Amino acid sequence: MPSTATTSRPTATAAWTRRHLLGLRELSADEIRLILNTAASFREISLRPIKKVPALRGQTVVNLFFEPSTRTRTSFELAAKRLSADVMNIAIQASSVAKGETVLDTVRNLEALKVDTIVVRHAAAGVPHLIARHANASIVNAGDGAHEHPTQALLDCFTIQEKLGRIEGLNVSIIGDIGHSRVARSNLWGLTKLGARVTVCGPPTLVPPTIAQLGVRVTHRIEDAIREADVLMLLRIQHERQEAKLVPSIREYRLRYGIDRERLARAKSGVLIMHPGPINRGVELDSSVADGPYSVILDQVTNGLAVRMAVLYLVSGAPEVSEELG
Amino acid sequence: MGKVLITGGRVIDPSTNRDGVFDILIERGKIADIQPNIPANGAKPLDARGRLVVPGFIDLHTHLRQPGREDSETLETGLRAAARGGFTAVCAMPNTEPAIDTRGVADFIHQEGQRLGLVAVRAVGAVTKGRQGAELTDFGELFDAGCVALSDDGSPVMDGLLMRRALEYARVFERPIIQHAEDLTLSAGGVAHEGLLSMTLGLPGIPAEAESVMVARDLALAELTSGWLHLAHLSSARSVELVRQAKRRGVHVTCEVTPHHLALTHEAIEGFNTDAKVNPPLRAEQDRLALIEGLRDGTIDCIATDHAPHADWEKDAEFAAAPFGIAGLETALGVCVRTLLEPNHLTWPQLIEKLSVKPAAIANLPGGTLKPGSEANLTLIDPDVSWTVDPQRFLSKCRRSPFVGWTLRGRVTHTIVKGGVVYSGDAES
Ligand SMILES: [Zn+2]
Ligand SMILES: [Zn+2]
Repeated sequence: MPSTATTSRPTATAAWTRRHLLGLRELSADEIRLILNTAASFREISLRPIKKVPALRGQTVVNLFFEPSTRTRTSFELAAKRLSADVMNIAIQASSVAKGETVLDTVRNLEALKVDTIVVRHAAAGVPHLIARHANASIVNAGDGAHEHPTQALLDCFTIQEKLGRIEGLNVSIIGDIGHSRVARSNLWGLTKLGARVTVCGPPTLVPPTIAQLGVRVTHRIEDAIREADVLMLLRIQHERQEAKLVPSIREYRLRYGIDRERLARAKSGVLIMHPGPINRGVELDSSVADGPYSVILDQVTNGLAVRMAVLYLVSGAPEVSEELG
Repeated sequence: MGKVLITGGRVIDPSTNRDGVFDILIERGKIADIQPNIPANGAKPLDARGRLVVPGFIDLHTHLRQPGREDSETLETGLRAAARGGFTAVCAMPNTEPAIDTRGVADFIHQEGQRLGLVAVRAVGAVTKGRQGAELTDFGELFDAGCVALSDDGSPVMDGLLMRRALEYARVFERPIIQHAEDLTLSAGGVAHEGLLSMTLGLPGIPAEAESVMVARDLALAELTSGWLHLAHLSSARSVELVRQAKRRGVHVTCEVTPHHLALTHEAIEGFNTDAKVNPPLRAEQDRLALIEGLRDGTIDCIATDHAPHADWEKDAEFAAAPFGIAGLETALGVCVRTLLEPNHLTWPQLIEKLSVKPAAIANLPGGTLKPGSEANLTLIDPDVSWTVDPQRFLSKCRRSPFVGWTLRGRVTHTIVKGGVVYSGDAES
């Protein structure tokens, strides 16, 4: 669906008024569309020979990562650079936290340097909220514990929109460790707000029953999740889950819920295979499927850049996209 | 100490079924007389017109943090907060550093309390050495030192056999084992009530069953041993029902509930609000209503604060890493008025019974009554004045309360311990 991406002016009616992006739960459908439309404009720029715009010139973006994540950090870093911002990457090891310096101590030190935007990744839910309550900078959540990972869901929505032309009315199945997944939560908010029918699937130990109250269908049978799906979104299954007695073994999980060619054969033709990465090849996703024709996993990475440019741009409060990109 | 004459107040003493306007004469630290219109005869007058005069509140569950965490609270700041809350005695929980597991630590608490001369403080000793859940403390030594009960609060006694022995052995002293009922294998590192909100926020949940499973086990052990089980801070509907049935069977069990569990649900943690992070966690509305009903029908014996002070820097942290606990002493009365009296769940005499008479009986402390001859421990309340909760003005070192900004009705104007005024609201404004 390349048509909207070639016209530079976003069509959403909402104006962006937020200083932070902490999650998709609190956003309206219009606000999500505004981000996606803004991302479409930036996506177009990334196809030009000169990929840089001066939108955030003179601003400083800090990637404050309390949890290592090369791919998310690189994506944000490149996004900020393409917007001409100065970028600082700060990786905080758990050990320095143990020395008694709190999250807020770290943030106060950054604030003393007058940074404009802080992109936060932390293993604990709610840390971006904690920082937003105490900081003057704009805060972008780059993943907090099992809570939210809004830019991941936005890039997923963007990719679905790009590949299938719409989100409304589509059947999207999210399969795997729903309970511990920030990607699942953000996608659930984003996709349902945009009108998709979301199914979550996994063993009962990994799918909190209360999730049904959020307007999604719950199934524990992989066949039910595959049959009608337009999109299959697979989540990484962590080896810790076995230790926590949530699954008997990783092998048992693969046999019951892993997507291989045989299972994929029962899906609709043209189904999209998505994964937030990094993939456990041969666990939740067979290699042949991950690298197969239905997989849009690398498009997700490409689109992540445009989405993160849009987010950094919008929270910065810089002038309208159209004027800037003209 | 001279004579004091408290005049013209509405005296509510559930222990003697008294409710009416009386004067109270205090002499040598004791209640000397209660009559309408007692002549002053040189006694210092204290005008209580428009006020309630009640037996002083007694808190069965206070964390004072000393020794060990004097940066969070000291006996002095905690007892000043207690005085302002209308408490004339508090029971200090043993999860100090070191724990109150030997006579020496209990003696320190009691001597320091005496020296301060504020609110009376009595220690709750630990059930196990270092609260490690492995070896019983020397119960007799701790009770000889004046401990009113034993508890490993902060942690439960997980080992079933050890709990059985504790309940059995404590029978010698006719004192309760206070259990913080939590099956740690089920709470499993959870930080909030397991429900829709914890799921939405991505926080590991603590199911209500982590409590009720332990309550069921301990009720069975209390029945087996004929020991006295006191359950701390009940939070779930199922637990209340289990206690109700056990009491019907004649099991020797008493229990308490906190003002915050009566007033709030888990919705209070919305936005990762660590000021509502307590253990057991705030639960669902049906649990809250069951707690109120339990209090009403006598299943729950009393109200205790679980005042659990923490420093700001500890609470201004990741939700999962922030410690459980909030300041509770200075808001207890106002929150109870709002939660229990205004909706007509309880009357004033019933509330005073839950805040004073019952806890005095459970802790076997002087107080809980205004009977002539008893220790003059009283609280004077202005039942009509409204005030707004501003934790920055707390006397406790802890500034963290889920009730920040709430407008509450009813405030303590005087707290009197052994005839001496340890808190007077007049000094404040
Ligand atoms: Zn406790
Ligand atoms: Zn406690």
